[in-house]
Amino acid sequence: MEVKSKPEVSSQPNKKQNSVERPDGRKADETRPIVAEVGIIPNADGSAKFAFGGTVAIAAVYGPKKMHPQHKQNPSKGVLRCDYSMMSFSVKDRIRPGPSRRSMEISKITEWALQPAIDLEAYPNMVVDVHINILQADASTRCAGINAAAMALAHAGIPMKDMVTSVSIGKLDKELVVDVNKAEEDWEEGEGATDIAMSFTSAGELTHMQLDGHITTEQLKEAVKLGQKAVKEIYEIQKQALKTGKKIETGGKKK
Amino acid sequence: MTEERKNKDDGQATGSPTSSKQSNDSSTREIVIPGEVIGEGDLLPGEGTEKRDGKIVAVRYGLKESDSKLIKVIPLSGVYQPRRGNIVIGKVEMLTFNGWVIDIGIGENAFLSVAEVPRYVNKNDLGEVMDLGDMAVAKIWGINARGIDLSLKSRGLGKIEEGMIVEINPSKVPRVIGKEGSMISMIKEETDCQITVGHNGFVWIKGDEIENELLAKKAIEFIARKSFVSGLTDEVKKFFEEEKK
Amino acid sequence: MITPEINKERVMKYLQEGKRFDGRKLEEFRELTIETGISKNAEGSAKVKLGNTEVYVGVKMAVGEPYPDSPDKGNLMVTAEFLPLSSDRFESGPPQFPSIELGRVTDRVLRESHFIEFEKLCIKKGEKVWTVFVDIYTINDDGNLLDAAGIGAVAALKSAKIPFYDGKEGKIDYEKESKEKLPLSKDIPLSLTAYKMGDKIIMDPTREEEDISDARVTLGIKSGVVSSMQKGLNDKINVEDLGKIFDLLEEKSKEIVLKIEKSLK
Repeated sequence: MEVKSKPEVSSQPNKKQNSVERPDGRKADETRPIVAEVGIIPNADGSAKFAFGGTVAIAAVYGPKKMHPQHKQNPSKGVLRCDYSMMSFSVKDRIRPGPSRRSMEISKITEWALQPAIDLEAYPNMVVDVHINILQADASTRCAGINAAAMALAHAGIPMKDMVTSVSIGKLDKELVVDVNKAEEDWEEGEGATDIAMSFTSAGELTHMQLDGHITTEQLKEAVKLGQKAVKEIYEIQKQALKTGKKIETGGKKK
Repeated sequence: MTEERKNKDDGQATGSPTSSKQSNDSSTREIVIPGEVIGEGDLLPGEGTEKRDGKIVAVRYGLKESDSKLIKVIPLSGVYQPRRGNIVIGKVEMLTFNGWVIDIGIGENAFLSVAEVPRYVNKNDLGEVMDLGDMAVAKIWGINARGIDLSLKSRGLGKIEEGMIVEINPSKVPRVIGKEGSMISMIKEETDCQITVGHNGFVWIKGDEIENELLAKKAIEFIARKSFVSGLTDEVKKFFEEEKK
Repeated sequence: MITPEINKERVMKYLQEGKRFDGRKLEEFRELTIETGISKNAEGSAKVKLGNTEVYVGVKMAVGEPYPDSPDKGNLMVTAEFLPLSSDRFESGPPQFPSIELGRVTDRVLRESHFIEFEKLCIKKGEKVWTVFVDIYTINDDGNLLDAAGIGAVAALKSAKIPFYDGKEGKIDYEKESKEKLPLSKDIPLSLTAYKMGDKIIMDPTREEEDISDARVTLGIKSGVVSSMQKGLNDKINVEDLGKIFDLLEEKSKEIVLKIEKSLK
């Protein structure tokens, strides 16, 4: 995100204030249309696609398998290794192929987001590789990536205590909204945009959270609650995709 | 860790493919996902489940199966979990001074000692028995901290000379074998091939004609694809009728 | 899995009888499906499937300086990434030779066939020209990525539109809808590969088959004219066989071009 001059943050967020109109006309607590599907990559041990509107992530899981190089092996349990990357043409300005600081950080964040849900006790010295690629980006790519990865891990038969579901909560001016798109990420009116990505286990515990913007701790608590509510609905879609083996698409408004 | 796993496994499976307790009653089968509550009350949590706050929760993606006492999840995917007594098919990865290191498709290597080969072996020329890249059918006789120990001391074990290897997910193996070995017997009969199903998901097919081997391969892949369908035996019968038209 | 030796022997034995495991004829392709417009931020994009082999190709455009030896022509840059997502044989890290070769072979067929009309991609002679980026990603590898990538590149370019370049601001304005198609020749080029296995020649191998092939020949052909070529892998090919391969590839290119044109309509 570009650096902007910091607007003043209202100390008392008031929900009953004039609500902002979202660029694509969604309600504050409405996600973009979601697409979820497992089994999209025949070679992989598990795979999935997850889309929030114009943000499309695909994920493949390989393993548990031998860990190379050997010095990275953990003799007490298996290791989860994630790599996230964006396809060069997934955004307006072409991304040079290969890892960047951003993609390396998101890879690690994804690992941390998923780790609490998976159980690799039975696989000492082995590794589970999760590869995430973003085909098309319209903000919230890491959230779509984490959702696809969690589905792919389950699909691969990896022992898991829980699923993981991720969503971004935005603050546009003073109002909190669910599932931020690019136009909202670039929101400049009033207090501007705050982007809060978060992930929860299906038991409702937080495994990942990142924030860019400006918000009071009070409203941040509200944001977490809103996130918890949003992931419940998203989780149901991940679940349906896994249970039916079919492509699940939620309606949403056609634009 | 390995020791612990062994004990757990011994309690769960006898290792014989024919003793697979997979129920044929598929009508109640439902696919469940990790973290999903799949039962409550006095039911015992079986494989692929755990008890949390009095509820039984799935910890694997798979088919829910329950009777009046026990509830468990039969995986639809996942890596092979070695068990003592299992037949496995692997590839020679390394020759040592007293045996062969064999890759059975999992993270840890399995070892076949010269002492477990039922014939005279010239220790200076292990390659004469089995060389790098050769494939073999073997039996797991021990699992310990060092790894997995293999043996060739049983009927039907040894180096694979010809035929073809088909790879399926290990979770599909019980379906390919069938109740009391019924499914695999039918495939053998229909295709006139010798077939050895490794618990690690590798299947060795050998017939007089490549056509026959390919038909067996196709049937096995069909079963792997349809493994959660009810009335699979009839489906496979239909498959063969279609193929022979 | 790495194809076991005994399977290789079986595949070869069957080939000697003129047959393939999946029942295809020696030069027969698997089902080809092409879908364009798969990534909306790309200027053009395509997904190509050949049986279980799948690749994504995207086209991006940027404005830059021309090369000194072609001051009034646009530039082309082709890259290929073998994503670890698409096979357990591909590893993360610096590009390995196969991905570099795939990018270069695809680059040559597009460039040498004059498919893109580079002279129409000049904004200001000697100063500003368009660079066309073609990026290829593997999604599932079941053999013959070479041909899938070439078809994908052609399809993605065919679907590409030039973005609006704001000369005053000196940058691309993505807000303005672009309507202008990328200038391309009417005929499409194709990169097709024949694989030598023993004394047999096959096309569109599965992974298992490609693992056994001893040599391959890739021709870039446009309307019957060859403009690029690559002979790959270790084995030699006798000149008589080579002649047969040329004939086969020319014949086959007509058929595949028709298929592509039909699905791009």
